Order: sequence, then structure tokens, then C-alpha cells
Amino acid sequence: MILLETLACLTLFAAIAALPRLFKGPTPADRIMALQFCGTAIVATLIILGLAEAAPALYNLALVFACLAATAGVAFVALRRGKLRS
Amino acid sequence: MTLLELFGYACLCGGAAFLLLAALGLWRFSDLYARLHALTKADTAGVALVALGAGCLDGRLVAIIPLGLTAILVAVSGATTGHLIASAALGEDEGEDENEEAAQP
Repeated sequence: MILLETLACLTLFAAIAALPRLFKGPTPADRIMALQFCGTAIVATLIILGLAEAAPALYNLALVFACLAATAGVAFVALRRGKLRS
Repeated sequence: MTLLELFGYACLCGGAAFLLLAALGLWRFSDLYARLHALTKADTAGVALVALGAGCLDGRLVAIIPLGLTAILVAVSGATTGHLIASAALGEDEGEDENEEAAQP
């Protein structure tokens, strides 16, 4: 169905639209948030694509991606504690 | 089209709209805390709505289990990361204020 492909394209566009914040900053906290949002939007893209292509393997891929994004966000904050504003 | 499918498509559209608006907020908001506000809404509401809609449309147990796990994991990790970023940034702001006050007299 064309609606599902359109929604997948829109969520992928949302992930791409957060990239300027990832490169520009201005603070490391903004970069962490952009990374977190990219992970979230790509999880949503994979779920909608799995529905559109009738491929349940993509749901498991979304689960793996959610695990990786969660670990990355928490690890960045824990490692840079005290230096988020510089 | 049954009522459940209609509900599923509505949930998918709502989740995608949440994600797009959060991307716009992350791009345009001026303050760190405002951007954090936009981000955490996308994490919890956006992915949960997308997963709920996909679960309604697919309906098999093999699809619902990973979808539910993904929604719970993204919501918990997004809330945790948001709290950590906010408390770290707030602590640094207050620390800077104290340093400025200590330096001024």
C-alpha cells in the first residue's frame, strides 16, 4: 500500500532532518540528542518498512537498533559527565 | 477495511507526525531544554504509536512480541537518556552560576 511507503519515507526524512543538529552542535548535549533522535526515527522507519514489505525480520532489526541506540545515548552521557556544555 | 485496520493506519500516521514534528523542533528550537522536550515526546509517543499501529495491522504473535519489546525499550531508554542529559546540563548550569557568583565579589 502506497501510504505505508510514504510514511516510511517521511520518518526516514525526519531522521535525516536531525543531522544538521548532529554536525552543528553547538554543545555536545545537542549532538547526543540528535543521535538519539536518529536512532528513534530509524527504528520507526524499520517498523513501517517491515509492515509494508510484510517482512517480520525487520521488526527484529528494529529491536536490535533500539538496543544499540539506548546503549549509545546512556554511554555518551555517562562518559562526558561534567563536560556537556563545553 | 475493518475498524482495527483503520485504527492501525491512524496510529501509524499519528506516530509519523510526532516524529516529523520532533525533527522540526530539534532543528528549530533555540534552547537545549526545549529541544530535549521535543526529543522525549518523539521517543515515547512516536515509536509507541508506530508500534501499536503496526501491531494492529499485522496481528500475528511473531510480529507483536518484537514490536512491544521495541516500544518498551525505546520509551525506557529515551526517558532515561533525557533525564540524564537534563540533570547533567542543569548541574553544569548551576555550577557555572555558582562559579560566577563566587568570582564576582
